Amino acid sequence: MKIIIVGCGKVGQKLAERLNQEKEHSITAVDIRYDVIQDTTNSFDVMGVVGSGTNIDTLKEAGIENADILIAVTGSDELNLVVCLMAKKLGKCRTIARVRKPEYNKMIHLLKEDLSLAMVINPERTAASEIARVLRFPSAIQIDTFAKGRIEILKFKIPEKSPLDNLKVGDIVAKLNCDILVCGVERGDDAFIPGGNFILKSGDLISIVSSIQNGAYFFKKIGFNTNRVKDTMIIGGGETGYYLANQLIETGINVKIIEQDATRCDELCQLLPKATIINGDGTDNRLLLEEGIESAESVVSLTNIDEENILLSLFAKSKSNAKIVTKINRIAYDEVIDKLDLDTTIYPKNITAEYIIRFVRAKNNTIGSNIETMHLILDGKAEALEFRISENSPVSNITIESLELKKNILIACINRNGKIIIPRGKDMILPNDTVIVVTLKSGFADISDILE
Amino acid sequence: MNYKIIKHVIGWVLKIESVCMLLPFLCAIIYGEKDMLFVYSICMFICAFFGFGLSFKAPERKSMYAKEGFIIVALSWIVMSIFGALPFYISKHIPSFVDALFETVSGFTTTGASILKDVEALPKSHLLWRSFTHWLGGMGVLVFLVAILPLSGGDNFYLMKAESPGPSVSKLVPKVKSTAKILYGIYIVMTIVQIVLLVLGDMNIFDSITLSFGTAGTGGFSTRNSGISEYSSYSQIVITIFMLLFGVNFSLYYLVLLGKGNSVLKSDELRAYTGIVLTAIIIISINCFGIFGTWFESIKHSAFQVASIITTTGYSTCDFDLWPSLSKTVLVALMFIGACAGSTGGGIKVSRFIILVKSIAKEIKIAAHPKAIHKITMDQRPVEHETVRAVNVFMAAYLIIFAFSILIISIDNFDFTTNFTAIAATINNIGPGLAKVGPVQNFSIFSPLSKIVLIFDMLVGRLEIFPLLILFSPYTWKK
Repeated sequence: MKIIIVGCGKVGQKLAERLNQEKEHSITAVDIRYDVIQDTTNSFDVMGVVGSGTNIDTLKEAGIENADILIAVTGSDELNLVVCLMAKKLGKCRTIARVRKPEYNKMIHLLKEDLSLAMVINPERTAASEIARVLRFPSAIQIDTFAKGRIEILKFKIPEKSPLDNLKVGDIVAKLNCDILVCGVERGDDAFIPGGNFILKSGDLISIVSSIQNGAYFFKKIGFNTNRVKDTMIIGGGETGYYLANQLIETGINVKIIEQDATRCDELCQLLPKATIINGDGTDNRLLLEEGIESAESVVSLTNIDEENILLSLFAKSKSNAKIVTKINRIAYDEVIDKLDLDTTIYPKNITAEYIIRFVRAKNNTIGSNIETMHLILDGKAEALEFRISENSPVSNITIESLELKKNILIACINRNGKIIIPRGKDMILPNDTVIVVTLKSGFADISDILE
Repeated sequence: MNYKIIKHVIGWVLKIESVCMLLPFLCAIIYGEKDMLFVYSICMFICAFFGFGLSFKAPERKSMYAKEGFIIVALSWIVMSIFGALPFYISKHIPSFVDALFETVSGFTTTGASILKDVEALPKSHLLWRSFTHWLGGMGVLVFLVAILPLSGGDNFYLMKAESPGPSVSKLVPKVKSTAKILYGIYIVMTIVQIVLLVLGDMNIFDSITLSFGTAGTGGFSTRNSGISEYSSYSQIVITIFMLLFGVNFSLYYLVLLGKGNSVLKSDELRAYTGIVLTAIIIISINCFGIFGTWFESIKHSAFQVASIITTTGYSTCDFDLWPSLSKTVLVALMFIGACAGSTGGGIKVSRFIILVKSIAKEIKIAAHPKAIHKITMDQRPVEHETVRAVNVFMAAYLIIFAFSILIISIDNFDFTTNFTAIAATINNIGPGLAKVGPVQNFSIFSPLSKIVLIFDMLVGRLEIFPLLILFSPYTWKK
């Protein structure tokens, strides 16, 4: 597909990188800054056009007439909307805009309809939803849902002396009597899709796929706390903090927000009457102790400075047993950050890119069985894809053990009209099922791609 | 520094060279040159042996940055020339290895300067190989490699950037691979059209192919001692037109294919190129009218020579060393201007000259109004400061290398015209110069040291200086 990305900031570059990995796209990047375009074209196989996205000549040079998708991710909401509007007038592409201001967010449906946007993405809101989901299930580091929320892929760390330590993957079902499937293991820098003989070790980060009930049951079996948190301390009252607080309050969780800026505190106080707003410096450890960080059930670091967030989370970890969530915006040393004991880290920019890519993938393949949902798992090294199976798909009506799958592919779950099946060798995929496939390779567009 | 990827790509270059040697091999079969069959099969084996040896294992780390890109390009050209010289050396047609290397570098860099006194004594397969090196070197071997090799992502753009001529290299389409394919597609089609047109005239197939290879790469190796002068006026005119066409930026042809002919006509570089060519033809045809007698002959010869020199091809229909001084000076000036950026031609490039002239104009304006804001523009859009700076530095480096080269070859104690035009003809990838290196002379008079300097200059000219300097700079190899 021909894709134009307007705005090559962090998200734009991340998109260029990820979309470029999928080979079949021709990507043109537009940015007003010469050096940024230079940098992007040097790093990725994309064409660069220097100019403003609202300039008709620039858009034409980028090939708007023949483009399939335009993604506007500049820093300004208004600019993004205008670019999408112009793109719609100049060509027949689908448009995606990043819109982050809360006031636009309230009328997002109007915008979407009147500007005929295919997708509007709000990084802060998406990050907040992601955090809220984690807080509802604090034992897991990452939760991705499929089949309209019926299936989950849960990632967690195997603690010391866990029943899972030194256990063969193939023995889990028999020993713990749970219908779950281990679909990925991260050990150090390596990611595996384990076979039945793989032996788990404490310290591994494992991802399991299961229905929601079985997931909770499995966690109870291995001695994890499955209750959702009852209160949350949010440090930093920016947009993400606001969206998060809003979502958590709706589900009945007590929220305490620590924000430095007095005027922002006033605003938050009006917007979130049920939340406790504390005006103070989040990096002041006396204040944090005074506000009860030691007894908090969860702490979310959402300041604008990544380093501060990391340190705050480490401090919280040392003082309490709370579930910790850290937002990281800018810095790209995720391998180093993962080595720190930080529980869950959230990268809003990656989430934004991932949402957009999922949309592009889905649009890329409208024939036959296509992708319903896509999540990056195992620290971005693997993908979990949900496909819908069409009538005469080559994988249907054959037992799974007789399918000739490519390497490093796992059929993780089958959803048959709401019935969740963790497939074993004798099971069969039928038409109209949705199937979750976990793969270390990227770029699959159709279920038939998994076959040898 | 990722040594493994460097090794791997160079291995691939050798594999491609081995395949390319099939062409002279086939030629040897067709013309029944038994010795040559043996020579080319040995050379193909040697290239393939080293090629497979070096690229046997795909490197785990495929990352390539600007530094690796430059080094791969510079090293590839050197390695490719050394292996390409083997057929001449093994067959003993060129007994000295430096001479054989000179001939091959001159081929790959599309210079067309020869050390051979009697070209017609060479077997046909050697003649074809010589001309084919022009064709390969014209568009670039690494551009070809990029089109076929599954290298990782955007990194191989560095290879293309380092090999393609011009102040700023841009892609035609988002993917490097597709860009390379389009460029080679246009190149192959134009070459075939020229071959067909020449065959339709009175030229035999072998000459049509070799001369078209030489024209397409803007090289200049001829298959006869007398150059192009023995062919009919029709063939000479066809070659003139195609030389000029191959000197145009190939991205303009792509725009024409897309149906954007209007924007092509607005290209500053194309306009300047056409203007320079026409002016030079007018001056020379008037100046040389006395030599030829008729306007047709005078315009035909001057147009041929202007096209041949500005596109840095180096074919000749007559001995322009005998022309009046004004005409000779105009030709020497054209040597430096060279073809358009993004073409197969050499020289400093028309677009660089436009930027240089505009910077000078800007400097003068700033002297008059010190606070005035002035932007250099090209095709109605501002030229980035970075590009202007790169052009200035290029000029400086070019002049320094030029001066040093003259200094070294003057050890051989020839006259200044010979030395000056020998360097100008090699660093601009033209071929013939004036006086002792004129169109009916050759470069065999120089000592081996001078030849090595000239080899260096040819590579410097083709790769536009920096890849080679980077290869030999100690900073590059420091950890």
